[in-house]
Order: sequence, then C-alpha cells, then structure tokens
Amino acid sequence: MKLKEVARIIEGNVLCGEDKLDQEVEFAFSSDLMSDVLTIQTDGMVLITGLANVQAIRTAEMSDIQCVVVVRNKTVTPEMVALAEESGIVLVECKSSMFKTSGLLFQNGLKPIF
Amino acid sequence: MQFEYSVEGGDFTHAGYASSQVKKVLKQLNVDPKLIKRVVVCLYEAEVNVVAHAYSGKIFTDISTDRIYMKLEDKGPGIPDIQQAMQMGYSTASPEVREMGFGAGMGLPNIQNNADEFNISSVVNEGTVVEIVVYLNQLKN
Repeated sequence: MKLKEVARIIEGNVLCGEDKLDQEVEFAFSSDLMSDVLTIQTDGMVLITGLANVQAIRTAEMSDIQCVVVVRNKTVTPEMVALAEESGIVLVECKSSMFKTSGLLFQNGLKPIF
Repeated sequence: MQFEYSVEGGDFTHAGYASSQVKKVLKQLNVDPKLIKRVVVCLYEAEVNVVAHAYSGKIFTDISTDRIYMKLEDKGPGIPDIQQAMQMGYSTASPEVREMGFGAGMGLPNIQNNADEFNISSVVNEGTVVEIVVYLNQLKN
C-alpha cells in the first residue's frame, strides 16, 4: 500500500514528507511503548501511536520506520515535525482512536507483524 | 573513526542525538542497513538508559572496518543487581520515563539480542559502564 493510501484511508493530515507518499509499506504496528517498537526487525512499516513526543520520531528513525501516524487527535509538536523532516519520515496526524485507525488499515490490506 | 558525545540525565528532548549521528556516519560508509539498525537500536536503548537513570554520561564510539565498538559511561546511582536489571520486564524507571514510551524493562535484554558482544558493570552511587560490539562483516541470525 502506498503511504498516500494510508493517509487517505484514515483521513489523516500529512505534516511532512509529502514527496515520499508514493513509498510502499506492507506492515503496521500499533504501540505507545517505544521499547516494544525497538524490538521489531521488520522493514517497510507504519507506526501507529498515541505518543506525541520526539522520542516516537527518534524510535522510528532508529527502527527504519517510513511513516508515523499520530492518533487520538494528539498535538504534534514542531520539534516532532522538524525531526521527522530531517530523518525522512512521513508524519501523519489523525483524529481517530488507535483501534479505529489500526482496523481501517488492516481492513484495507496492511499486515500485522505478528 | 572515533566519536565522543555527552549525554545529560533527564534531557529527553536530545535523547537519541548521538545514535542519530552514528546512524548517519554508518549510512555514509554504506554499511548494510540491517547491521545499522542493530547498532543504532543498541546505542539508542543505552543512550535512553543514561538519560532515564543517570546524572550525566559520555558515549564513545569507535568504527573500524570489521566492527563498531560503543562504550557508555555514566555518573549515576548505578545498578545494585545487574542480573535483576537484565531480566525482561524489570525496571526502576520513573513515571516521567514511562510517559516518554520507555521504562518497560526491555532495553537491556534488547541490547543483548542485537549486540554481538555486550558487557555491563556498575558501582552503586558512582555509575554504570556499558560496552557493546557489533561486527560489521557477519550477519546475526
């Protein structure tokens, strides 16, 4: 699935990385616990999280995650956007809960990691 | 190629800066992305530990053609029982650290999983030293 499809399906607002929306992803992982995210070996992944701080973006950077979706209508800080831009990560905010966001993407073909 | 970075305890805004810099260097050196990920996940976990638990720390990295060596030396409360600290799920992290998405007692075991060599030593009320080696010319299963 292309990242622009991800953003469209969840009615997300793309905050940075518009030039990377043609990138393909196959998997998604939903977590507010970055320690869990850091144990994942899979590439080509979207991180769905309610954790709106710079460490969510840092974790994505270290884990080669292409796209971070911040759910539950959390306020994304300018520092998060700046770091995502610098790291080449597509950052999307959306109003839905983590459950709904995950469900919509699963329904449309994104795969779970385990 | 050697680099040194300073880490401030409690400074979560900059936690991960050193790991990010090391990642950029390894990318420029065309290191296999899977190896880069193992190196920076180890370093980032260890860096977050310094920010979460210590007062201050130094990160020293030495990149050579066959391996990357990382040493994190901190001034802090130290770890009274390393065996216990290595147990999955054991954590002494503060609520603030947990709010940042860490402190689940998974960092040290995750470093051990990703590293080829991992050493940790600590003196209570002085600090902790973590040494990590990842070989660049072999893939871990």
